[in-house]
Amino acid sequence: MDFNATLIGEMIAFAFLILFCVRFVWPHLTKAIEERQLKIAEGLNAAERAHAELREADNKAAAEVKQARQQATEIIDRAQQQANQILDKARADAVAEINRLKAAAQDDIASMAQRAREELRERVGSLAVQGASKIVQREIDAAAHKALLDQLATEI
Amino acid sequence: MASEPQGGLTEYIQHHLTHLNFRVSPSGFWSFHLDSVSVSLALGVIFCLWFWSKARKATSGVPSKGQAFVEIVLEFVDGQVKDVFHGDRRFLGPLALTVFVWVFLMNAMDLLPVDLLPVITEKFGVGHFRSVPTADVNMTFAMSLTVLILVIFYSFKAKGFGGYMHELFTAPFGKWFAPFNFALNLVELASKPVSLAMRLFGNMYAGELVFMLIAGLFSAGSWLLYGMGIIGYTVWAIFHILIISIQAFIFMVLTIVYISMAHDHH
Repeated sequence: MDFNATLIGEMIAFAFLILFCVRFVWPHLTKAIEERQLKIAEGLNAAERAHAELREADNKAAAEVKQARQQATEIIDRAQQQANQILDKARADAVAEINRLKAAAQDDIASMAQRAREELRERVGSLAVQGASKIVQREIDAAAHKALLDQLATEI
Repeated sequence: MASEPQGGLTEYIQHHLTHLNFRVSPSGFWSFHLDSVSVSLALGVIFCLWFWSKARKATSGVPSKGQAFVEIVLEFVDGQVKDVFHGDRRFLGPLALTVFVWVFLMNAMDLLPVDLLPVITEKFGVGHFRSVPTADVNMTFAMSLTVLILVIFYSFKAKGFGGYMHELFTAPFGKWFAPFNFALNLVELASKPVSLAMRLFGNMYAGELVFMLIAGLFSAGSWLLYGMGIIGYTVWAIFHILIISIQAFIFMVLTIVYISMAHDHH
């Protein structure tokens, strides 16, 4: 154990090493480490936030799809209803038209029959008059017997 | 080195335990152990340049492997400091880092073959060269006395002159035992650097000595002893890896503990 000036020299060297480390090594490295810790924390936070956002978006999309599907079924229902309505209306219209046409045709038939009957009646009247005049062999005053003939015609 | 078994071994060990001494004045204190100084300074410079080169390019993004290693060492030391000391670590952290890495590197010189550096220096005409600075009592006391100065400095800084004096004279037995308290506190204060330095010195000196004794087997003149020497050297070197790490760790932790104790109020 021989103490000598090496002791003092090494103390000075040690002091310089410590100061170098305090000044040039420690701050840089701890700064880098702390910044990285911050970055990692931020990254984790961002990931978590993104995860939550994704979940939220998923939920929203699912809700929207559900709503859209519901709307689609509603629209289909309504369309079907409308189609049915149109069909019913068309059918009703058609039936009404048919009825109308049928009624018109019947009217026509009735009026034509009426007319034919009247014509027939007139013809029969005139034929009767002609026959009667032929039978009587004399001119019957058509005007004088008109009332009689008309009555005859209505009786036929 | 040595050819005859008994006297040769003693001579060999004594040769290896002699420092490369540079005398400034003919006698007394003013001389330097050039081997301790050169090796410790070289290792200190290596430590500084290594850590500085990584710290200069330190990025907060993805670190390179070298930066990651340096950061692991730093985080390890910082964790130890954080456990013991609750305050501003901007000085104590780098101090602990310097102590740990520097002591570890100097201890690791023990793992070089004991004859490697002496043989090389002999080629340059330097007869004596001890390669482990921490096996030099000057080296270990230089560090522990620096720690003592820091302990005293931080005691004054944390408690003020009056507060520290009050503590020195009144703890632990009250003001009626002031001289006794003061003597007790001085012993306590002095025991810190002595135990710190002697523990490291003793471990490294003994380790070096065991390496030399085993190396003595190589020149014992028997192939059996030569083989035992190889096995013994290997086993002791592997065990020594543990010792040098533990000693560096203990020196660092005790440095932290002493300085954080200086901050504590009694």
